[in-house]
Amino acid sequence: MSEGMITAAYILAALCFILSLAGLSKQETAQSGNWFGITGMTIALIATLAAAQTSALWIILACMLVGAMIGLHLAKKVEMTQMPELVAILHSFVGLAAVLVGYNSFFDHTSGLRGAELNIHLVEVFLGIFIGAVTFTGSIVAFAKLRGLVNSAALMLPHRHKMNLIAGIICFALMIYFIVAKGAFGPLWLMTIIALVFGWHLVASIGGADMPVVVSMLNSYSGWAAAAAGFMLGNDLLIITGALVGSSGAILSYIMCKAMNRSFISVIAGGFGTEVIVDGDTDYGDYIETTAQAVADSLSQAKSVIITPGYGMAVAQAQYPVFEMTQALKAKGVNVRFAIHPVAGRLPGHMNVLLAEAKVPYDIVLGMDEINDDFSKTDVVLVIGANDTVNPAASEDPNSPIAGMPVLKVWNARQVIVFKRSMNTGYAGVQNPLFFKENTQMLFGDAKASVDAINHALS
Amino acid sequence: MRIGVPKETLAGENRVAVSPKSVEAIAKLGYQVCVEAGAGDKASFNDAAYRQAGAEITDREQALACDVVLKVNAPQADEVALLTPQSYLISFIAPAQQQDLLQSLAEREINTLAMDMVPRMTRSQSLDALSSMANIAGYRAVVEATNEFGRFLTGQITAAGNIEPAKVLIIGAGVAGLAAIGTAGSLGAIVRAFDTREEVKEQIVSMGAEFLELDFEEDSDSADGYAKEMSAAFIEAEMALFAEQAKDVDIIITTAMIPGKKAPTLITKDMVESMKPGSVIVDLAAPGGGNCELTKPGELTLHQQVKIIGYTDLVSRLPNQSSQLYANNLANLLKLLTPEKDGHLQLDFEDSVVRHMTVIKEGEITFPPPAIKVSAAPKVKPAVVKGDAPAAEESSESNAHPANKLLMLGFAVLIFLWIADVAPPEFLSHFTVFVLSCVVGYHLVWNVTHALHTPLMSVTNAISGIIILGALLQIGSGSLLVDVLAGFAILIATVNIAGGFFVTQRMLKMFRK
Repeated sequence: MSEGMITAAYILAALCFILSLAGLSKQETAQSGNWFGITGMTIALIATLAAAQTSALWIILACMLVGAMIGLHLAKKVEMTQMPELVAILHSFVGLAAVLVGYNSFFDHTSGLRGAELNIHLVEVFLGIFIGAVTFTGSIVAFAKLRGLVNSAALMLPHRHKMNLIAGIICFALMIYFIVAKGAFGPLWLMTIIALVFGWHLVASIGGADMPVVVSMLNSYSGWAAAAAGFMLGNDLLIITGALVGSSGAILSYIMCKAMNRSFISVIAGGFGTEVIVDGDTDYGDYIETTAQAVADSLSQAKSVIITPGYGMAVAQAQYPVFEMTQALKAKGVNVRFAIHPVAGRLPGHMNVLLAEAKVPYDIVLGMDEINDDFSKTDVVLVIGANDTVNPAASEDPNSPIAGMPVLKVWNARQVIVFKRSMNTGYAGVQNPLFFKENTQMLFGDAKASVDAINHALS
Repeated sequence: MRIGVPKETLAGENRVAVSPKSVEAIAKLGYQVCVEAGAGDKASFNDAAYRQAGAEITDREQALACDVVLKVNAPQADEVALLTPQSYLISFIAPAQQQDLLQSLAEREINTLAMDMVPRMTRSQSLDALSSMANIAGYRAVVEATNEFGRFLTGQITAAGNIEPAKVLIIGAGVAGLAAIGTAGSLGAIVRAFDTREEVKEQIVSMGAEFLELDFEEDSDSADGYAKEMSAAFIEAEMALFAEQAKDVDIIITTAMIPGKKAPTLITKDMVESMKPGSVIVDLAAPGGGNCELTKPGELTLHQQVKIIGYTDLVSRLPNQSSQLYANNLANLLKLLTPEKDGHLQLDFEDSVVRHMTVIKEGEITFPPPAIKVSAAPKVKPAVVKGDAPAAEESSESNAHPANKLLMLGFAVLIFLWIADVAPPEFLSHFTVFVLSCVVGYHLVWNVTHALHTPLMSVTNAISGIIILGALLQIGSGSLLVDVLAGFAILIATVNIAGGFFVTQRMLKMFRK
């Protein structure tokens, strides 16, 4: 295969990836977007294999076969509620691969270069390994937190900001030394160890509620790692793809931060809700408890119902009974819709996927901006496993730790029913005045059991 | 403990202290409820319904002899005599005006809680019977006015000519005033409202009424959440406004009451005479003497073709509704008084709500209670408070100085120029590709709908498996170490590619209309 044909194949693959992202912009075209991605990847792989003229083809095919089987197995088995974990662990693979490719590039290609070319190559190798290593351990910690293997609360080491800063400075110094020493092995592996620890600490010190930001941030890093590998290998396809993925992750993190009204720096620098002094003495009043039967009664009398799910719905696997309830209410002529806060769940768009899994049609699932003004015209709002995203303190109490975070204004509805396990606070550790509002009633218990009971009462 | 509910004996009183629903709620707290036969008749709750809810139907003596007696109105002398010593009584009392009653209850050691002494706190809202009654009174005031008013409230354009909407002025935007605003508005009237407290403006506007403003400044927010008396100059400005409005509006509903004092006179005889013939005034302050000079409490008076309604039983005119709400208030109070749910009432004076409501405990008059400050202090400069918190957070990010930013930008450009100068052209062409791809990615991803963010992540995840190309180019280099590492990199990158695309496909298949 000629050089020109390979370049053409790469351009084609890059175009496919761009079309893939473009396709994902709408539900109607999303599936074709995915197929574009697969096509692009296939073209890229075939072109590379054909060009490499490698003797190790059978090793490659064996590795790919094993890898593909593992990948398909994981993807087949994963529950939709576990998507954040899967995404996190997949990020760690990209990170590790970037580190390996970086080392290989260091071992294999360093010899033939001179002067500025060598320096630039060394910087590329160094940065590629650094980003890859941070992504690798960071994703593993994120995976462990999401899986519940480690405590999802933020790790608060003393002087953590200073430690991060020192790690950064040392790595920079090592890079200079690495270049001056014309590619000595010592600083490279020392930096790798520091970067691994740094990645671990970075994610460990971010609390569970910030996971959507962390996962999208790691998504971005894995892209930059690929781009860095592209620079060191002089491969434009890697650069393009890495840049696409990197900017996609960065934008997602930005959207998530915006949805929490927090700056990206403050999320990354350390846990949300960890420095909050929770004022336990504040008098919030009494909450009113209700029963599944009473909820079913008011639902059947309502004209318009909005359901606001949160992570609690995912934990309880309540999306299926929620869909049944939606069907039952629709049959009674009730206008049922869903309101999704951008940071509901542990992954951007997590709730949408769960509802889609339960066959809820996507045209009744609306985002915060689309539906926030409609709450005042709504008879009943069901808050299922959401807490901080419906907290009126965000807009009413300037001293609240979540002040200014845009929230779903469920309290404007005639009646609000909150499904909750207990009166415990949400991830942010902030008490929710919504529970004590006059038009709010609490339905305690497992969300799935509660919704099942309502379904039973409705039928 | 047994809870007794006697029939109300006051003339014109149609309410009752429990509803079948509240009986159920009270029974859950461990109490046995005894309702006097026929107690709920006028409120459309019959004995059978009470019995079905778990109550016992008893005679009058038995109901009054229970451990806890729930009533609407303060007990008459004959009723006090029938109460068991050391029992509990919960009802409206008006302790400030009824010193004799307090004395006689104290002598019999009746532990008394006054429902008109519920402090205005967020926590006690569910017990606040004054608010729930005021809500009903506000509604009924509009209904009474409409009944006496000879026209529609709403405007219409009909074949037989145009109908002008009625103009309604509501003075005092407490619970009753706000309820009246809502009711009059929903009947189609043009509603205007006035209140001495500037901060209720938002509530008035939110109910769909126009807030009438005085060109005058005075702080009228009192610490206990109710309105207080105003200065002479303020009253003058206020009266001028009412005089002007009286000529224009068709219906005036006044709700200005100051607890424990005579209601202020807001509508003078002159103002009444300046109103259009057929106009109606509803004086909700009639029990306190009335806001209108010509109000006769309990009566409908006609003065120069203006009707002045001074009914004092507006709440009782909606007996079913008011009994339901009052009964719920009582049930909520009992919930607070029975923390163990064991049917044993406890007067916990540590609880400020209980302390405030209790007027007699163990034979001692505990009224007036020590003051509690409940109403939030007026916000002096809300803008400053609001700006504070986010500003602190942002400062770390932007450092505010545009000059600094420019300096940084300039520095970055210089570094870039330097790199471009020394770097080989090949690097620069790669860099061009990189920058352009970032821009393309930026625009593409902004278009992705929120619902598809998870599939977007898994697709980008799969695509970032493109790192496999690096490993593919490296394998077969001859060095065993490189080959092993590259082989492993190929393996895990393939996991990513296959897993990422497949799971995306699975997810996207689920999205359906």
